[in-house]
Amino acid sequence: MADALARVLPATTESPGRPRRPPIGARLRRAALPAFTALVVAYLFLPILVMIAFGFNDIQGRFNYAWQGFTLEHWQNAFNRYPALNDALKTSVIVAGISTVIATFMGTLIGMALTRYEFRGRGPLNMLIFLPIATPEIVLGASLLALFVSAGVARGLVTILLAHIMFNISYVVVTVRARLAGFNRALEEAAMDLGADEWTTFRKVTLPLIFPGIMAAALLAFALSIDDFVITQFTSGRTATFPLWVYGASRIGIPPQVNVVGTLIFGTALLGVVGWIVLQRRQLVAPPTRTDR
Amino acid sequence: MSGWLRQHRALVPYLFLVPGGLWLIIFFLVPVLAMAAVSLQEGTLGTGFRLTFNFGVFPDTITRWDGQLIRSLQYGLIVTLLALLIGYPMAYTIAFRGGRYKSILLLLVIMPFFTSFIIRTISWKFILADDGVVLGSLKDLGWVDAGFRILATPAAVIAGITYNFLPFVVLPLYVALEKIDHRLIEAATDLYASRLQAFLRVTLPLSLPGVFAATLLAFIPAVGDYINAELLGSPGETMIGNVIQRLYLVNNDYPQASALSLILMIGILLSVFAYTRLLRGQELTG
Repeated sequence: MADALARVLPATTESPGRPRRPPIGARLRRAALPAFTALVVAYLFLPILVMIAFGFNDIQGRFNYAWQGFTLEHWQNAFNRYPALNDALKTSVIVAGISTVIATFMGTLIGMALTRYEFRGRGPLNMLIFLPIATPEIVLGASLLALFVSAGVARGLVTILLAHIMFNISYVVVTVRARLAGFNRALEEAAMDLGADEWTTFRKVTLPLIFPGIMAAALLAFALSIDDFVITQFTSGRTATFPLWVYGASRIGIPPQVNVVGTLIFGTALLGVVGWIVLQRRQLVAPPTRTDR
Repeated sequence: MSGWLRQHRALVPYLFLVPGGLWLIIFFLVPVLAMAAVSLQEGTLGTGFRLTFNFGVFPDTITRWDGQLIRSLQYGLIVTLLALLIGYPMAYTIAFRGGRYKSILLLLVIMPFFTSFIIRTISWKFILADDGVVLGSLKDLGWVDAGFRILATPAAVIAGITYNFLPFVVLPLYVALEKIDHRLIEAATDLYASRLQAFLRVTLPLSLPGVFAATLLAFIPAVGDYINAELLGSPGETMIGNVIQRLYLVNNDYPQASALSLILMIGILLSVFAYTRLLRGQELTG
């Protein structure tokens, strides 16, 4: 994208004698911001492109440092070369899945209580939710380690889960609360006026309206959990998640299979998001319904 | 069940709060208190730790690792500033000039998150390596000195942390800029403000909430980071996170590690508090 713009820029500035065009200076100024943005996007993507490319590197020996030729070999044996890598992936998915479900449930309840009810202790509760976000991850991990060591708890899958649920709750509350803030209570009152009981109102009116917010919170929680390194390192003991395994492997040289798996994860997430956007577009184009803005 | 709830309506919010609230108390508040208790203990992993109320541990650890503490603060501030300088124009471009490409551009900003940040940081290590794709080629061409290096310098660590937290800066800035009513900017230019004046006196002040959120989202994780210093730096770039990590997981010196973690946490909370007050004061006077 960056070099595409770089190619376009001189071409448009070198067209002399055309009347009624803004002066070169003004045009350059107008192009400056998009060009800068394109450069930043290139910066954001450079390491990802390197990761993808070196999954195809035909390496001799252990080190995947210099380009040595193209091969599909690592794609063919991506999952049968390092059993520990598969186990770590499986652990990551299990931890992210379970912690997402539990944290989304508990966080949504808190978000609803905060936006819909008056109760005492709101201040301390807000503090309790804000503090885990405002604390560096290393302190969260370190304090959990201090607790587990003091209490004599062996570290493993369960302690990773306890930790991930903890740091996800706050993010779920913040996301769900933002969504609920603009919620129109009149819709629920209308349902009740029309004879629906509280449970039916919740199921048929409230839940569908806040569902996008809950989904967004769950997606965020899953993403945070599956990529977490710091807190996991402190609470894992000998159990490895995908990031921990990659980090451990980086000391002796990362096998190209990691690049392949990374590329697969990237591609899956990308497909999911693009699919979701296409779906949303289709809904927007569809004939107007009650939910249309 | 619902009959009972109707009679005790005041209890409903508490029922909603109990599971998550208890979880946060047990796995956030209690651990921090446990850490505070451990920091006042003395002993070794072999002989066991005993609570001796050794408050001297705080001045001891501060003087012993003052270099790393100050460096973490410096790096954190530089990273935050750099991320704002890079992120603000980008968020501005997406919000004001993005047009129909807004959502695609935003997607591009968050797409790095689809790759594990460990893999991305290792990628940087590879890109910046002394004989890697960039420096190796430049050296072959004779454009840079053979001894020149980026890896294992402060620049590499700062660039790495900035890279990691840049999307966290762009998103809140975008949200704040996107909300701004364009008619206010037009009104400013109609009243003969130059474009720069209109930006400085209308757009920028209105985007301050986004700047505030972006600053916190970059500064807090940057100060506590240790992965970038570990993978991209040398011992000369050790940050406080590296010290805590080593004391806990390698040396098993739990009291000192706990004391340092506590100092880091309190330091960050104090600076967040001060920054909040500062910005609020600005909004009132500005």
